[in-house]
Amino acid sequence: MAMLSRPVYGILSPQTGKNHLLIADAEGAAAILDLAKKTSPDFFAAAEVMFVPGPDGGKYVEALKALVPGRLYEGPSIAAAMPRLRQIFGAAHMGLRLYVAGTESLIGQVVQAASEAGIEHASIQTEHRGSWARRVQCVHCKGITENVTTQPVKCSHCGLLLLVRDHYSRRYAAFQGVCINAEDPSEIPPTEEMFR
Amino acid sequence: MGINFKKETFRDDYSFKNSPEQVRRFPFPFHEDGYMYSVNIEPHVGGRTGTVFEHLFDVDEHYVSEMQDRAMVLAEDPLRCQSLPHMTLAGWDTLELLMTEKAKSYPEHFSLTRDGDKWHWINRPLGIDDHFTFGDTSTLPYGPLEYITRQSQGDFAVLDQRDNNLWMDAGIVTTQADWSLDFDIGMNFFEWHAPVPLAHELGIFTRALKFLMAMQQGQPARRLNWTMTINPRLDTSPENFHKWGTDRATVTPENVGQKVHLRVEVQMFFRLPRSNALLFPIRCYLIKMDELVSSAKWGRRFHRVLRDLPDELAEYKGLVRYRPTVVEWLSKRDDGKPTSSGYGPD
Amino acid sequence: MKAGSNRIEAVVTDVVAVNELVKRFHFERPDGGILPTFSGGAHIVVEMRDDGRTRLNPYSLMSSPLDTRDYTISVRRDDVGRGGSLFMHSRVKPGQSMVISNPVNLFSLDLRAKKHLMIAGGIGITPFVAQTSQLAGEGGNFELHYSCRSDALATYADVLKQRHGRRIHVYRDDHDEKLDLPRLLAGQPLGTHLYVCGPAGMITWVRNTAAAAGWPAETVHYEHFAAPQPGKPFDVTLAVSGIGIRVGEHESLLEAIEAAGLDPPYLCRGGVCGQCETNVISSDGKFLHNDHWLSEEEHRSGCKIMPCVSRFEGKSLVLER
Repeated sequence: MAMLSRPVYGILSPQTGKNHLLIADAEGAAAILDLAKKTSPDFFAAAEVMFVPGPDGGKYVEALKALVPGRLYEGPSIAAAMPRLRQIFGAAHMGLRLYVAGTESLIGQVVQAASEAGIEHASIQTEHRGSWARRVQCVHCKGITENVTTQPVKCSHCGLLLLVRDHYSRRYAAFQGVCINAEDPSEIPPTEEMFR
Repeated sequence: MGINFKKETFRDDYSFKNSPEQVRRFPFPFHEDGYMYSVNIEPHVGGRTGTVFEHLFDVDEHYVSEMQDRAMVLAEDPLRCQSLPHMTLAGWDTLELLMTEKAKSYPEHFSLTRDGDKWHWINRPLGIDDHFTFGDTSTLPYGPLEYITRQSQGDFAVLDQRDNNLWMDAGIVTTQADWSLDFDIGMNFFEWHAPVPLAHELGIFTRALKFLMAMQQGQPARRLNWTMTINPRLDTSPENFHKWGTDRATVTPENVGQKVHLRVEVQMFFRLPRSNALLFPIRCYLIKMDELVSSAKWGRRFHRVLRDLPDELAEYKGLVRYRPTVVEWLSKRDDGKPTSSGYGPD
Repeated sequence: MKAGSNRIEAVVTDVVAVNELVKRFHFERPDGGILPTFSGGAHIVVEMRDDGRTRLNPYSLMSSPLDTRDYTISVRRDDVGRGGSLFMHSRVKPGQSMVISNPVNLFSLDLRAKKHLMIAGGIGITPFVAQTSQLAGEGGNFELHYSCRSDALATYADVLKQRHGRRIHVYRDDHDEKLDLPRLLAGQPLGTHLYVCGPAGMITWVRNTAAAAGWPAETVHYEHFAAPQPGKPFDVTLAVSGIGIRVGEHESLLEAIEAAGLDPPYLCRGGVCGQCETNVISSDGKFLHNDHWLSEEEHRSGCKIMPCVSRFEGKSLVLER
């Protein structure tokens, strides 16, 4: 059975709306380019594209420009893009549709900010592209460890060895990490690459 | 008369124990010699004297000490009580329900005087005497949910109802069976139950959700759940798992009777009137194995239940490491005789 | 455990003719004690004893949830319906004892909303009278747009304007005033929730307009009780209880099942809540589905029926009841 607390990602599809905000990181840009094959001619005129290329996404910038969106933003990191995103949400009206494509970390953080702004999470179009690395919240110290690819993983804040559970919080945009050897701290299970 | 409140601890020296009267009213959760999930929801009506179901919100001999333990947990970790912004009204609903019922059930310990929105609340066991304005958060030392649940045994989750689902949008959780309110807050019914094995496949949650969404005010319901805890620790939170997890490796044939506890949750459901939210109190009762086997029927039956429990459930409930030791200990107290049906101790 | 069975003994303390079509009824407890607290948008089910028949009709509570010394409902007279509203208008008098249900809310506010935008048509104003009182009491952000035929039939428009001033907008058909809905929707801030209650055609119009303007379905809430429609009498076999019943012209299937002594669960009696959903064991004839609960596929399958509002025409119908 699929994990019930984990978000289900789909394939971006055009929604009825007055305005469109599309956000992608790295390989997520390819999802926007695929979406563009299905949109009406005037779609991108009423759209803003926010793109965080990262080390490997630069090759998509020209193709995104060629879509001639109403506004195009290119930013160095997800964190750097967040203030702009919150400003857009604060000034927006109903009828704005949101599309997010790329890493689970980007999708999680955008959905989190959108929910705070009053956008129904179920109404957001999401598509996963690129890395499956997870954001993990340590249930013990509450610190978040980014880009987790192994099972178990050492918490980057408190140092406990964490089992990454298949339990996901939209509010934290993170998976839950619970101490794997709490019953017997001398047990050190082998570390395996799991989330690529 | 009134309740003889005990002074005891649920940590460090673990001085908690049940009086013989408290053992007799323990809500033993097995009506037959086996256990599997079921929806098992029944109307929550008061009235049966000598049981924990006599009143809608049971107050027992552990009340004062449990509230002291809760205050300690909250001082260490304030994230154990949270309420998303839209849940304040449901907090006032909860406060009204708990104050009204406590004052009605235990007038010698609690009293509530209402004059319009000017309320006067007296909680004698905890030495509280407060005047406040109902609906005005600035007149209480905490938010309404935290204020009243610092004075009420058991955990409380408050579920918002919308979009054909229930959403865990507020709560106070300091005596939980291994789940994190801080992590689960904001999740819907299926999401926060995601880690529970087997029950999804059985369609349990789909049926339970349908029932809960149709619940009406004035018609509360309840169900029982259970797990086990080593040492009488109330705060078996995932947050502190790295501190209490080692307890599970300390069970020996010699200490089962005092160290191993059956932990029963009485889960209740109330429709809240102003917010249309659902209040989900989860009241925890602990009983030592030595206390449990003082009823021959309970000892026999719990032996059979624990022995035959499916491995997935034992894993989920965290019993794997010590189950064989406890089953062995209980087997010596099971004479193989048939047990009578029903929950009572005989 | 059965839903819908919690009954309250009440006394009608006042009946007020609001205009030529609408009467308002006030209920109190016989001992004057306070009634259960409720939330804006809740309804009660009123039991009507009409010459040996019992009718149970749902009506939205319109009194303030902040004051439950009495409950008030408003009933619009329907001269072609099954007679429930006529009974209320002609037979219910002050001083009369009646039985009402505990309040149930199937049209509740989404309290996460940054703003509540309400659209009412005609008698659909009643749940909003309670909801606006509740929101005003908490300093909530709301706006109500109310369409009616004329000043004479603008039920409670004066009261609402007096209470909430510029938050209330009234559109009168006979003055050719019309709500410009696309424009209204376009100006709403992110996080607004939309609520509509009124005639079926209006609900459809508002839902479609909102969908076309890009409003997610989760932000659009509607109260859509169907009234049971009269129809040709039909016979039904209740297989579990082993009895046969006849559903009269002005009776619903649910009422006929209840008259036979059965006690199926219900909350809304208007085809919305899903509680009385009943399996069909066999049928030979045509279903007249009037509910908003079952899917179109379920309607076509002939395997389920909502007895509160739906009927049947044909040779035989066997239900799992």
